[in-house]
Amino acid sequence: MKGEEVAPSNGNPARGGFHPIDGMRDWWADAPHWQRYGVYLALIVLALILPAPWVGSFMSPDSDWTTVLIFPVGTYILLAVGLNIVVGHAGMLDLGYVAFFAIGAYTWASIGTSYGWSFWPTVLLGIFLASVSGVILGAPTLRLRGDYLAIVTLGFGEIVRITANNTDSIGGARGITNVPHPEPIFGVEFFLDPAPYYYLMLFAIVLVIVFSVRLNKSRVGRAWAAIREDEDAAELMGVPTFKFKLLAFAIGAMIGGFAGTIYASKAVFIEPNNFPFILSATILAAVVLGGSGNLPGVIIGAFVIAWLPERFRFLSEYRILIFGFVLVLMMALRPEGILPSRQRKAELREGTGGMGAMGAEVAGPDSEASAEVTK
Amino acid sequence: MFQDLQSQFLGSTIGGLVAGSIYALIALGYTMVYGVLRLINFAHSEIFMIGTMTSLFILVTIAPTAPFTIFSMIGILLLLIVASALVSGGSAIVLEQLAYRPLRKKGATRLAALISAIGASLFLQEAFGLKIIPWLFDKPGRVQQPAPRFVPHEELFRIGNGVVRTDHVFVIIGAVIVMVVLDQLVSRTRIGRGIRATAQDPEAAVLMGVSIDRIVRITFLLGGAMAGVAAALFVMEYENTDYRIGFLLGIKAFTAAVLGGIGNLRGALLGGIVLGLVENWSSIFLGSAWKDVTAFVVLVLVLMFRPTGILGESLQRARA
Repeated sequence: MKGEEVAPSNGNPARGGFHPIDGMRDWWADAPHWQRYGVYLALIVLALILPAPWVGSFMSPDSDWTTVLIFPVGTYILLAVGLNIVVGHAGMLDLGYVAFFAIGAYTWASIGTSYGWSFWPTVLLGIFLASVSGVILGAPTLRLRGDYLAIVTLGFGEIVRITANNTDSIGGARGITNVPHPEPIFGVEFFLDPAPYYYLMLFAIVLVIVFSVRLNKSRVGRAWAAIREDEDAAELMGVPTFKFKLLAFAIGAMIGGFAGTIYASKAVFIEPNNFPFILSATILAAVVLGGSGNLPGVIIGAFVIAWLPERFRFLSEYRILIFGFVLVLMMALRPEGILPSRQRKAELREGTGGMGAMGAEVAGPDSEASAEVTK
Repeated sequence: MFQDLQSQFLGSTIGGLVAGSIYALIALGYTMVYGVLRLINFAHSEIFMIGTMTSLFILVTIAPTAPFTIFSMIGILLLLIVASALVSGGSAIVLEQLAYRPLRKKGATRLAALISAIGASLFLQEAFGLKIIPWLFDKPGRVQQPAPRFVPHEELFRIGNGVVRTDHVFVIIGAVIVMVVLDQLVSRTRIGRGIRATAQDPEAAVLMGVSIDRIVRITFLLGGAMAGVAAALFVMEYENTDYRIGFLLGIKAFTAAVLGGIGNLRGALLGGIVLGLVENWSSIFLGSAWKDVTAFVVLVLVLMFRPTGILGESLQRARA
């Protein structure tokens, strides 16, 4: 990823740290095309054979591995890639991302049950409705910054859930049952066998990843980076910040809606409680845990967050307790994530990547302020 | 509908003031921590939950019986407030030490701290649901826990057609006293000056000899104690709690803090009261199922026109 090459560490080993994966990243940055496409191909082949039973016998001994790969693993990855555009690229904190997921899911569930539309055009409608709701939410609120935006998006997530809960025409609190499966396409039947859904999900993930990478390397991606780093400076340099923030929001929403329609087509039954705030928090945790702004990191983060509770299902009721503990621990050990974006890391030393350092200026013995004092 | 409004307006105004006082007390914790660290302390809702459990535990242990005299009511309430404030404040300090301080020392982003807070919140909820509630009360942990009554929920007097009950009076007076104390603490004492200085400019505060770590600890203690007071009043007023009680109240309180202008103590008070009133008024027209939706819609509307809340940000200017 040539776009991520940055100036070397400015001689601050305490903050920068050495990562064993750095060598691999250097190789990747210089790798010729054929090597890169080789890696892409290998990854796709890996993904194609991933549902194999012998993998599953280790990865998820307690539940059906292919089903686990669709939900939560695939769904979380799709959502995390979408949220990464909002949080990682444009630097806006969205705590209600699950709302778009819910809108996508409800679009297919209500249209599929009431009007009997075909699934494939309805996916597009779900994506469209989610992006429209993103714009409706974003247009009045994106002038807000940081934490104000966070609480408004959180509120939006709750509004969508409570509205679904109170609206009888879409099932109210009982939800929607007998959501139809997609129609056969290219001779592939979608019914009880989870495998076709897995390949559908995989196709969606690859599509979204390619879209996200291309977008981030375009003029749009550079505008987002500028906004993330310093919104006022970006505005002064002639970046129409509002427009680009709205775009990031709408695209994030589209991907959320896309994930929702696929989820609903597999789930058969959906209800408002499928879309709690905690799901938004979990997806955000996946993005941050993996390394906000860095796509491979985000995917690994989503995989880990989705897979760990499934793998440790035998711990049954202690799963969430341990999950919470692991989140605290991981953040204490690697606050920048498992596989942080190099660009973001370089930015972090100077600025704060749009999120602001948490009292970095009061950080402790090695902070600038205390250095001044002890001089 | 106009008839409904006329007959229920005063009643729901009183209900709104009671709920708003509790929101405001919890919101103070969010706003103080935000003012000093620029951090959304998401686990603050669990600090509140711990407070309600403390109050409930004391109530179950002393098992108050009727008839209730004014002295026994005030005595028990004071005991609950002090105990919950101590336990919640203490938990807030422990939380800061374990979940935030390591991140602060590394100069992590606030996003990382937010995830840590969400993790801590999940951990505390589950720990109470699984182990601590069964251990404290000898009951299943994941069900609603009723609290014994020690203040009669009876009419004291009427304002128009709005009934004011004894417990309403206690909640509002209790909240007002605690807020005045906090206001004086932040605006007049040395500790309060340290808090305001840190909120204004942490670097300058360090240079002026303020111990940041100490101020952060005190801020968490005070915020946690406010949540503890809110918890004691909540248990008295609504007479139940459960291991997830903090979630909705925490979101509401945070909304209240943002509504008033986060980082601003008086803003938190105003935001809490406004939120409580609006919620209760709206349920006259729309029914209580839409109460939470109107709360957030009001938030969005206010922020559209006042992007930093009703009173604006900053702990140092508009003091407590």
